[in-house]
Amino acid sequence: MIYYDKVSKIYPDKSVALDEISFGVEPKEFVTIVGHSGAGKTTLMKLLIAEDKPTSGTISFESLNVNKLSKKQMNKLRRRVGMVFQDYRLIPNKTVYENIAFAMEASGRTDSQIAADVPHVLDLVDLGHKIWSFPKELSGGESQRVAIARAIVNQPDIIIADEPTGNLDPTNTFEIIRILKKINELGTTVLLTTHNKGVVDAVGGRVITMEKGKIVRDDKTGKYIL
Amino acid sequence: MIFTAFKRIARTGFINFWRNGFLSFAAIVVITLSLCAFGGLIFSSAFARSLLTEVKNKVDINVYFTLTAQESDILAVQKDINSLPQVASTTYISSDQALAAFKDRWQNNTLIMQGLDEIGTNPFPASINIKAKDPGQYGSIATYLKNKNPVDSTGVAIVDKVNYVENKLIIDRLSSIIPTVEKSGTTIAIIFAIVAIIVVFNTIRLIIYAARDEISVMKLVGASNTYVRGPFVVSGIMYGLISGVITLIIMAAAAYWGDRIILRLAGVDVASNFQLMVNVFSSYFSKNFGQIFSLIMVAGVILGGVSSYVAARRYLRV
Repeated sequence: MIYYDKVSKIYPDKSVALDEISFGVEPKEFVTIVGHSGAGKTTLMKLLIAEDKPTSGTISFESLNVNKLSKKQMNKLRRRVGMVFQDYRLIPNKTVYENIAFAMEASGRTDSQIAADVPHVLDLVDLGHKIWSFPKELSGGESQRVAIARAIVNQPDIIIADEPTGNLDPTNTFEIIRILKKINELGTTVLLTTHNKGVVDAVGGRVITMEKGKIVRDDKTGKYIL
Repeated sequence: MIFTAFKRIARTGFINFWRNGFLSFAAIVVITLSLCAFGGLIFSSAFARSLLTEVKNKVDINVYFTLTAQESDILAVQKDINSLPQVASTTYISSDQALAAFKDRWQNNTLIMQGLDEIGTNPFPASINIKAKDPGQYGSIATYLKNKNPVDSTGVAIVDKVNYVENKLIIDRLSSIIPTVEKSGTTIAIIFAIVAIIVVFNTIRLIIYAARDEISVMKLVGASNTYVRGPFVVSGIMYGLISGVITLIIMAAAAYWGDRIILRLAGVDVASNFQLMVNVFSSYFSKNFGQIFSLIMVAGVILGGVSSYVAARRYLRV
């Protein structure tokens, strides 16, 4: 479904973020990418949604070459990918409802679809009662659950979660992991990055270990070795 | 589909305008100040123009005829002058009329009236008062009369003198000042416009800079550029419209108080007796309201809308 072919990323200051990385992700897989800060995990994610361009190599999403998309195709690709970030990235002057509705509006859903789906997806992450709150009125765990709700509302093919538990306490961390596993069981591919051993152990599944821009291990069933 | 997108963009723009209360307020203040500068410029050019017209109307030349000149010959000269392209109007004042005007003016001064009686005959020559379309043209009119040197049936010159030379100084100064004033007005207007655009653009850029993370998030969930930028442009247009209305209210108030101040400075009697500079601003404002209204509103909408459109562009490259 996704294939990285000899992807390198060298930033203008000559620091090497990714060094000829190659790997593939199958549909419905739950892949965890682990590594220290600076190992290149976030860069890997950014390249997949064309937020940044690789220095060399190609990234394919099904039959699409991610780096040769027109603006329109890029927007369409992004609507098929649900992003969850460490810092939540909710829009501060929109309510929880509007934050999620925005993602649906952007992909051209009708008002009636939006009115039906937003409460539904919020119930899924157990936040039905916060629908009219603003992001600043939410705790970290709640904000991240809203972000997940926003990521899944368009029924994407893949969820990319970049350190989603980085700012959360253990209880909230496991709540987020539980939700991501549930989404995966319902048939969505999940790509998760973390440096938290507990998270890796809780997820199980495939684990890719990165170090200094290279893949050093790729285990079919989860182990956290650094 | 397009209608839905438009409706959503408009609604989001409206909501953002309302929720970013302080930023919206700041933008409105800045745009209002810029528009007020425009308004001030409109008023000062109106003031300068009406002052210049008044002064222009006060400048004229008179052609004095000899005491023996026949009225029919004088009227022929008047007809001839009227046919000149640079002449706006002429007025014939017969010697009887000149005498009557003199008597009327000095009727309470017995000394002067006695002196007039002692002369016995009417000492006032007939004259033609000439107003040119432009003060710079008096010279050519005077020259024309001098070269033509009209005569009566017996061949005697009937023009005694033309008082162009006496008025030459003021006429020359005026004809050099007027274009300078008009030119510098345009220059000031252009400088004002540039400063206003820079200030407003930067204010709106700061507002959008504050929303740059939001913009990148919107882009990352797959929103198109139009869809991300639209609401900012809508908010920008709203800043412009509201600022325009506020500016028009301020201008109306300024026109009212400006007229009061001029009246007080000029002295109520002088102004009302000579109909000089009375209600310059308010009459100009009400006469040209449609034009001023559309000018200010369009300027406001362009300032707000275009600035937002341009300022949002640099954060869309995600």
